[in-house]
Amino acid sequence: MGLDFSVIPKYLDIILLGCAWTIGITLAAAILSFVGGIFFAVTALYAPWLIRQPFRLIEWLFMGTPLLLQLFLIYFGLVQIGIDLPAFVAGIIGLGLHFSVYNSELIQTAILSVDKGQMEAARTLGLSRTEALRKVVVPQAVRAVIPPIGNNMIALLKDSALVSVIGVSELTLSAQRAIGATYRPFEFYLLAAACYYVINLAMEWMQRKIERRISISR
Amino acid sequence: MTDQPNFVEIRHAQKSFGTLEVLKDISLSVERGQIVGIIGSSGSGKSTLLRAINDLDPLTGGEVWLDGVQVNQTLSHRQYEKHINQMRQQVGMVFQHFNLFPHMTARENVTMAPKMLKGLSQGEADKLAQEQLDKVGMLERIDYYPSQLSGGQKQRVAIARALAMQPKLMLFDEATSALDPELVDEVNQVMRKLAEEHMTMIIVTHEMDFAASVCDRVLFMDQGVVVEEGPPSILFKNPTQPRTREFLRKHLEAAM
Repeated sequence: MGLDFSVIPKYLDIILLGCAWTIGITLAAAILSFVGGIFFAVTALYAPWLIRQPFRLIEWLFMGTPLLLQLFLIYFGLVQIGIDLPAFVAGIIGLGLHFSVYNSELIQTAILSVDKGQMEAARTLGLSRTEALRKVVVPQAVRAVIPPIGNNMIALLKDSALVSVIGVSELTLSAQRAIGATYRPFEFYLLAAACYYVINLAMEWMQRKIERRISISR
Repeated sequence: MTDQPNFVEIRHAQKSFGTLEVLKDISLSVERGQIVGIIGSSGSGKSTLLRAINDLDPLTGGEVWLDGVQVNQTLSHRQYEKHINQMRQQVGMVFQHFNLFPHMTARENVTMAPKMLKGLSQGEADKLAQEQLDKVGMLERIDYYPSQLSGGQKQRVAIARALAMQPKLMLFDEATSALDPELVDEVNQVMRKLAEEHMTMIIVTHEMDFAASVCDRVLFMDQGVVVEEGPPSILFKNPTQPRTREFLRKHLEAAM
């Protein structure tokens, strides 16, 4: 038996709903990973030694272990200590924290590469170090780091498929469900791949827009 | 301290980086409204001295006083941060490489600190930006980003940014050294204008002609000490120290 795409229309609504979940989770996790990345980066660079330590542990945990395991820990593990998160929330937190750590690495480098004179100029005006970081240094670092963070966000989109294993009906799991009903794996996996590809293109387009907007204001 | 410190007073300033001593027991006082130039070859410690005045490069020994308050006083870390931010608001500084904030327009560069630290409203801030940028002849470029400005224009915006905090004292750290020769004059003109308004200024410079025409007093520094100081008419025409003569001669040759 060859390919038969005529089965698709009947399950299109499931697949589209899956797309919506994938997009939603990816966007939420992307925002979390961006804000978290800035937070981790500033903490790693400027917080006192004692405060840095727990964050170093978190960073090590999220960099040194598989994302799949992290999702299991957050979704199944935390229940044991009374934190019962809905699966999609656990997914967003897991993906968001995981990519926060990667974004933090990029943002740290970018902060360190902002010219020292910028901090000096801000300080001579009377700004505190925190104020200078917030208004002068971090905004410049974030602008410099948008392209590589964009790459991380593409990786995030692809890794969002992993949250299917904790039962979030995103694109991959939706495709599997349709396959379960039709025994047509090739057609539905191809369709899912096409969907990922389209979302990917949309993200790249968004990134280019953001970059262009930011480059004007430099 | 028994005697009343001058408007700006540096007492026995000493600064070392490890074993390298860059300032060796320098004392200097500047009266309100005075314009003091500091000249010397690179590595003589002149920038370090200037940057010690607002504690950008903290001294390892000695005192800095501004308007009756000691700048580098011993306080707990938290108190010192508060104190130094307060002091720095009163001292404007202009850098060799401008250090404008590239993600802000000229207007935003000028208004950011006053809005943040003095709680100016948007309306007040806009008025301030217009006044200050007009003063340096940059009003037409108020909404330009630094990348859209020439070096001289950037430096004029940087001066406006410093002036917007209404400082008591202005420090210029080789403000024209990074500029193309044809752009130097527009910046010098702004500085002359400030001199006419009796702004107290300390100017580290490589431009002897400018120092001679604008400064009330000039210091020649070499290897961490003030070798000679005096009114420019004397220091530039009849220096008494051999080291000063040597420096001026070399400088003159280089200029020709």
